[in-house]
Amino acid sequence: MATMTMVQALNAAMDVMLTRSGDVVVLGEDVGYFGGVFRCTDGLQRKHGRSRVFDTPITEAGIMGIAVGMAAYGLRPVAEMQFADYIYPACDQLISEAARLRYRSGGEFTAPVTVRAPYGGGIFGGQTHSQSPEAIFTHVAGLKTVIPSTPYDAKGLLISAIEDDDPVMFFEPKRLYNGPFEGYHDRPVVPWAKHPASEVPDGHYAIPLGKAATVRSGTAVTILAYGTMVHVALAAARDAQVDAEVLDLRTLVPVDIETIEASVRKTGRCVIVHEATRTGGFGAELSALVQEHCFHHLEAPIERVTGWDTPYPHAFEWEYFPGPARIAEALRRVMEE
Amino acid sequence: MDAPVPFRAPLSLHVPEPPQRPGSEIDFSTLAVPPAGTARRPDTDCPAADMTDLAYDLVRVLDDQGHAVGPWDPALSPDMLMRGLRSMMTVRAYDERMQRAQRQGKTSFYMKCTGEEAIAVAQGMAVDRADMLFPTYRQQGLLIARDWPLVDMMCQVYSNAGDRLKGRQMPVFYSSKEAGFFSISGNLGTQYSQAVGWAMASAIKGDSRIAAAWIGEGATAEGDFHHALTFASVYRAPVILNLVNNHWAISSFHGIAGGERTTFAARGLGYGIPSLRVDGNDFLAVFAATRWAAARARANLGPTLIELFTYRAAAHSTSDDPAKYRPENAGAHWPLGDPIDRLRQHLIALGVWSEARREDLAREVAEAVQAAGKEAEALGTLDKGPFQSARTMFEDVYKTMPWHLERQRQQAGV
Repeated sequence: MATMTMVQALNAAMDVMLTRSGDVVVLGEDVGYFGGVFRCTDGLQRKHGRSRVFDTPITEAGIMGIAVGMAAYGLRPVAEMQFADYIYPACDQLISEAARLRYRSGGEFTAPVTVRAPYGGGIFGGQTHSQSPEAIFTHVAGLKTVIPSTPYDAKGLLISAIEDDDPVMFFEPKRLYNGPFEGYHDRPVVPWAKHPASEVPDGHYAIPLGKAATVRSGTAVTILAYGTMVHVALAAARDAQVDAEVLDLRTLVPVDIETIEASVRKTGRCVIVHEATRTGGFGAELSALVQEHCFHHLEAPIERVTGWDTPYPHAFEWEYFPGPARIAEALRRVMEE
Repeated sequence: MDAPVPFRAPLSLHVPEPPQRPGSEIDFSTLAVPPAGTARRPDTDCPAADMTDLAYDLVRVLDDQGHAVGPWDPALSPDMLMRGLRSMMTVRAYDERMQRAQRQGKTSFYMKCTGEEAIAVAQGMAVDRADMLFPTYRQQGLLIARDWPLVDMMCQVYSNAGDRLKGRQMPVFYSSKEAGFFSISGNLGTQYSQAVGWAMASAIKGDSRIAAAWIGEGATAEGDFHHALTFASVYRAPVILNLVNNHWAISSFHGIAGGERTTFAARGLGYGIPSLRVDGNDFLAVFAATRWAAARARANLGPTLIELFTYRAAAHSTSDDPAKYRPENAGAHWPLGDPIDRLRQHLIALGVWSEARREDLAREVAEAVQAAGKEAEALGTLDKGPFQSARTMFEDVYKTMPWHLERQRQQAGV
């Protein structure tokens, strides 16, 4: 057991998997000698060799095509996209190829690629270093989408993603890399060391995909969140003094409908939170699912608190970011019904 | 005071246009065809910079009399030549039957490779059976060269109960792991970088297998082509990058893909990849160039780009009518001839061919295709079925069916 940041936990997950299986390779821009722009692959090339952990040319489409071919060979590539914002050139290889290879080949060829991408805002990255494009991928049949919110989960989920026989999108909330974040940008940064989920076991452990975590039990309202928003939602519930049940979905596809259903049936209220833009966001899917599965238990309309339907701004980051005050307002609204 | 505006001639946009359109006679007289046997054959460890001429030349072995000439003659045994001829004839007979089946309404779509048979067949024979192939939709000859059962291919075209792909793919988008034939994609070019990734994986694992990929000249404009060349060059991937220049991308002639200014083989030079331009209708030249590239890959010397210079004699697909955009019967005038006729002429020149043999082989091939056709149709056709269970529609999206697909399957009532 060691105290780790999310960066260190992700590094440990890749280290464990590179050590356990000669089929695991790590590739991406700057991931080799330098160890990644966020340091997630620091030291891995030195330890596991240049042919297992290596730098690639700057072409996300190329990285993805290469990774699909490697996976078809039988490797388990872990491909880093330097920022989730850069992932779009890779979409043809992801959506038309990786996601459908098992299906279109009758199960003969598969693409067990893990695509890691730092994502989300809160670091003054402007519109090309802050986006949350998860809903583009949750819409694609054949992909799984995973988003951790703590070092402990990050390691266990990344190990599961690499071991999974299907392609997995693994979005890493970069605002959480070095500490939890409650959404109060004007308060001092808190290090992970003070958070219980920074205690990370040594060696191999797996957190199953498709399982949400109840990070706070409550009776008044269910908050569905993932990534950075888990911490922001917890802060909002505390500040609004609402006995909220906060679910960290962890995996968006396949989503843990059982845990969601049980919680909303108990509380009768639901607030959905994500950083991504609202229209067609994953919150829309969650809202529809809650309505389909819990309609007769709902005592108030479902609320969504999300990023606005604008490109991610630079100067107005904190007006855009769905912070604790906006979530608290939504909590009050659903409680008034 | 504003400065006086100097006179500038008006700009005009150049939009390439093929030399002939419907209504005019086809004319290939401006095509530069060097005599067979004149292109040099460098050692396989020759750096790209020392063989740039071969990206503009044309490797040819069979001369107009059917003799094998020059340094690229692979000196194949009569047995190998007969195998090649039989496979090419099988491809053509198979194409004819499946095209007819489509016209009869037994399937939705078909694509022939008429005139291009030498490419897939010779290349399929020139690599090892264990090597991995990443084809486009016009390399059915690879499967036939690997003696893959015609019945299995036909079942795919019919999407019937015997289709291993369970009716999920359009006709001719074959896939067979056992045959070392990667699942064909309709998104053109994607297989090119995948092949390089597969080859890199083979090198990472210290394997001895290599990969080969195919792309059409039209799809070289896709980014995947360039990503593939970049990665292949950077990591010296053991891969053969084949580029079939059949001059037509549906209705767009090669000039729209950039063929007016330079050869497609020359694309490789900018990446430092040894690049050959080869007569794609010359079975021996295709075989020899492929063997040369395979030897480079196996010796850790990295990738080779091979432009296979040929002509799409038939329509793009059953949905296409080339009479709408090029002179009729253009393929019959292709100066580099028909690949099957040329190999047959070679066998005659070698004295290992007879009229009786011709008749025997033609009958054998026709019977094999007909027998396979009957067997496949007994397993179903697209117009009448039977098909695999509709329940299979929900399988293989993921390794294990998640709850939401299970629920949707129940809703679909299958």
